[in-house]
Amino acid sequence: MPTDIILEILRYRPEIESHPRYQSYEVPFRKDWVILDALNYIKDNIDGSLSYRWSCRMGVCGSCGMMINGTPVLTCASFLEKYLPGPVRIEPLVNFPIVRDLVIDMSDFMHKLKRVKPWIIPEEEKPLSEGEYLQTPIQLAEYKQYSMCINCMLCYAACPIVGLEPGFVGPAVIALAQRYNFDNRDQGKGLRSEVLSDDDGIWECTLVGECSVVCPKAVDPAGAIQRYKVSAATEWWKSLLLPWAGR
Amino acid sequence: MMRDHEYSRFQPKSYNTRMPIFWWIRKWAHIKFIARELTSVPIALYAIVLLIHIRAVATGPEAYADFLAVLRTPISIALHAVAFLCVIFHSITWFNLAPKALVIRLGRRRLPGALIAASNYVAWIIFSATIAWIFLKW
Repeated sequence: MPTDIILEILRYRPEIESHPRYQSYEVPFRKDWVILDALNYIKDNIDGSLSYRWSCRMGVCGSCGMMINGTPVLTCASFLEKYLPGPVRIEPLVNFPIVRDLVIDMSDFMHKLKRVKPWIIPEEEKPLSEGEYLQTPIQLAEYKQYSMCINCMLCYAACPIVGLEPGFVGPAVIALAQRYNFDNRDQGKGLRSEVLSDDDGIWECTLVGECSVVCPKAVDPAGAIQRYKVSAATEWWKSLLLPWAGR
Repeated sequence: MMRDHEYSRFQPKSYNTRMPIFWWIRKWAHIKFIARELTSVPIALYAIVLLIHIRAVATGPEAYADFLAVLRTPISIALHAVAFLCVIFHSITWFNLAPKALVIRLGRRRLPGALIAASNYVAWIIFSATIAWIFLKW
């Protein structure tokens, strides 16, 4: 068992360098450490200037996503042991602007997320006196998988279309739109389709499928997108063949 | 489009990377994806050959004989072999992806993806066998 492991970390400090560069750190190897533990070790003991995001340490907050040896992962859920003997290359998530070191600018993602109205839009608001909106376990099962998304954006880093077509709304946003589309309490499907069926919507997706491979929560955004393609195509045929039926 | 970049006021020098042209060469999954997409080119070309075939049949026996002579050339046979391999690769990769687009629920349970893919293969075999039967019989 080795006692140390080398981490090659992409660093970018806009006030002193115009291009990112790699910096190597040697950290102790411990069997029970995840990558995030090693980063925290560097921050606490070697170089306090290293910047990165993290919060919960348990795969729930979605803050600590980074590229490890070229693959987007949650660093709190990836053991150092997996990358023996090293060196381990740590980079910020690709397809996003780098703000500093391993910190990316996610405002474009947040903007896209807002566009698909990821909240329940009922046709008519029930008065409070009528009580809660009840749902059966089968109705819950329809969308539950998509509700597991933690907005970690690993799928955006895995998707080459996001890199090639920056306007593409992207995997997680479409999966989250579907989370509400499949909710029986929601009637906002028509409003969301304006964004999803647009040029920057589902048809940009060529089904590389890597978004679902890297998803730490088994949301399967690729599946969500393909299901939307099927329903959008069905709607289109319906409107073509039965124009009088309305939508 | 106006975007409210909260960070841009304080951090104007964020670094943007660009996708290299050969982005797909670094990962096996991406190479497979590009291969799947490229197989559609020989399939499209084969569809054109099929149209020329129909035209030759419609034009008359002489044109049809000429067309058959072209089909028998080694280059044509090699290209058909390539198109055939591409069709097989394209079909298999697409059928394996079918469960992504098709979710069938039986109550709380979701029909397993393997079953959906398998039903596609069965349909493929039945259609191919039917077409083969029609053409070989007559």
